[in-house]
Amino acid sequence: MYETSLGAIGVFVAFVLFVLWISYYFARRTKSSKGYFAAGGNIHWSINGIAFAGDYLSAASFLGICGMIATVGYDGFLYSIGYLAGWIVALFVIAEPMKRLGKFTFTDALDAKFNSRGIQLTAAISTLVVSIFYLIPQMVGAGTLVTPLLGLPHHVGVILVGTIVIIIVATAGMASTTYVQFLKGGLLIIFSISIVLITLYNGLATSPKTGHDEVYHEFKALPVTFNGEHKPIPTDVAYALSGTVEPTKGMVFAKLSRDGKDSWWYLAKDEAGADVLTEAYWVTQLAAPIRDSKGAMVSVLYNGIPKTDSKPLQAGHIQKLMFHGQRIAEARNLSIVEFLGTIKESTITRFSSKTIDDGKDKVTVYYQNPTPGKELLAPGVKFKVSKGATFMDKMNFASLMMALFFGTAALPHILIRYYTVPTPAAARKSTIVAIAAIGLFYVLTLFMGLGAMVNGVVDLTDDNMSAPLLARSFGVTLFAIISAIAFATVLGTVSGLIVASSGAVAHDLMDRFFNMKLTDKGKVFAGKISAIVVGILAMILGIIYKGMNVSYLVGWAFAVAASANLPAIVMLLFWKGTTKRGIAASIITGIVASVGMILLSPDMFERYGLVRSSAPIGLNNPGIISIPLSFVVLVVVSLMTKQTPALAAKKTS
Amino acid sequence: MDHGPASDWSKDKASNFKTRIGIWMFMLYAIIYLGFILINTINPSLMASDIGGLNLAIIYGFGLIIFALMLAFVYNAICSAAEEELNGTIPDLGEEKE
Repeated sequence: MYETSLGAIGVFVAFVLFVLWISYYFARRTKSSKGYFAAGGNIHWSINGIAFAGDYLSAASFLGICGMIATVGYDGFLYSIGYLAGWIVALFVIAEPMKRLGKFTFTDALDAKFNSRGIQLTAAISTLVVSIFYLIPQMVGAGTLVTPLLGLPHHVGVILVGTIVIIIVATAGMASTTYVQFLKGGLLIIFSISIVLITLYNGLATSPKTGHDEVYHEFKALPVTFNGEHKPIPTDVAYALSGTVEPTKGMVFAKLSRDGKDSWWYLAKDEAGADVLTEAYWVTQLAAPIRDSKGAMVSVLYNGIPKTDSKPLQAGHIQKLMFHGQRIAEARNLSIVEFLGTIKESTITRFSSKTIDDGKDKVTVYYQNPTPGKELLAPGVKFKVSKGATFMDKMNFASLMMALFFGTAALPHILIRYYTVPTPAAARKSTIVAIAAIGLFYVLTLFMGLGAMVNGVVDLTDDNMSAPLLARSFGVTLFAIISAIAFATVLGTVSGLIVASSGAVAHDLMDRFFNMKLTDKGKVFAGKISAIVVGILAMILGIIYKGMNVSYLVGWAFAVAASANLPAIVMLLFWKGTTKRGIAASIITGIVASVGMILLSPDMFERYGLVRSSAPIGLNNPGIISIPLSFVVLVVVSLMTKQTPALAAKKTS
Repeated sequence: MDHGPASDWSKDKASNFKTRIGIWMFMLYAIIYLGFILINTINPSLMASDIGGLNLAIIYGFGLIIFALMLAFVYNAICSAAEEELNGTIPDLGEEKE
């Protein structure tokens, strides 16, 4: 359990109140539907650009990417590269035409030429599907954040975010969402720069400082000899071997007991090549719950102590620090090149995990896994692309990178932001501001992630909190500010998605597809009601999907967006032969193919509790198949439904 | 209901030119991004090779981010110049209408 601090709660509450005040302020100015859905269309491009950054740098970026870099190094940074590269598609292909064609929603732009009910329906459904896919990880992220910050359970966090967002969106719509995003995007970048500067100044050390008054745990290594059954026996007689477990061939965990207390160790070689048992951390899932010091029932133990009484399991350090070819204990005040160069030459102790059975209990052992910095600063730790990689592994990697590249410009909450600025030129300029801000942030993620990895702050049970916990090691105030910003990150992205969804329901479906002839006021009212319904749905999903990796689902949301929306947008803009049936068919194909492949993927089969290899599709990331398929369907259907000029002339006459 | 664009900005004479430039720049970036994916999948060990204290993975990765920004600035400069030449000066920010 993390200790909560009054300061942290104070900063957090002040921030949330300020955000609500902004909503109230803009609510009084929002009367028309244009005001509600597009912030009146008169936001300055520089503000819109930073608001783009606010929209885009969601929980997946700040929490997910930093956490992934903190555990697997460069492979997490690949997400940063892909997410940023996606903006090139947005800037060069989408920005200005989107602004020229549309009014409130992405559907408007697609439909500008055709006025087709098929397009209105399919595009609105696609907006809803992508938004909901994207909303789940945001809500899960919100729940993850409040646990260490406010000491509240996951579902309270989800409901808190949901409620605040509904208030923001239902009162003021896009205008307040824009200013909240602007504020949050700006603050996120400023404070991320501070964290990186402090990390570089503190430098690298074999015994990191984990906090002002906390000392990093020194992990022991016990020399062993082997008995007749080839079991490792510590030479230190204070430890007695109670048993060993071999989860996979050649991997040995030993349970030792000292003074009546059990602990788990991992059999490895030390630097000299001698056999040693290295100290591990472990989490026990008890079959029969016990009472903690306050008398509450607990079924999870951290290092043998009830979870509620224990400190969180934070670890990760440099085992061998090499600076300019010399082995040293610490190097302070580093430049960015020195920081990366030193990590590359050094050996970093990461913690890998393995779950084993210990009687009726399940024990997850987090064992020391010394990894050369050279490997951590190149791809391959998480994504199997090098030795032993199968063709499918490589396809998966290429597919993910493709979805990230093409997904950005197809996200509904990004697309609607093009309608808040007055001109196509302003749309272009705000995209460039966004690229600058987001690019800077993504460069910082590498340093925040690696900083967390070597400074003993990574929470082994939940890597999503790595960046905020790195800030916490510098001081509780910084932690409070960073957490409040991270919370606002979730808040802002969720409100953007909910505005996009409510636009899809009120404007595309009710007003246009069902032709309900809403008055301007009626449309705003319908938008607000839809916002509340989508918000409640998001809260429910956020609670159901607790514990799901935040970046993971976002990668899928990108794949769905890229498959469903991008072919339609691109072909409409650049191919004169595109027909309304072609667009509608391509959107439906994109949704069905990408969502279908995700549901049938090995990753999902594992989640259903089935064997991975029984999944009918070997790919986890659908993009590489579903995006081209959606393009092909658009072209084929368009060619089939193309009207000859004579026929078209006959119809119009 | 009127479903025209949010602002009247329909007579942008530079729009065809801007679209063409945009496509070329997109292609340029897409090729470099594709190169990054191909090295990672076909010859990943190349990514770990040293370049002046760092390695190719870091240089190429940072390079993709910085190159995106540089292209964006160049694109904006070209577009703004074209707009000014073909349309005359256009204000970026619409007047407050409320």
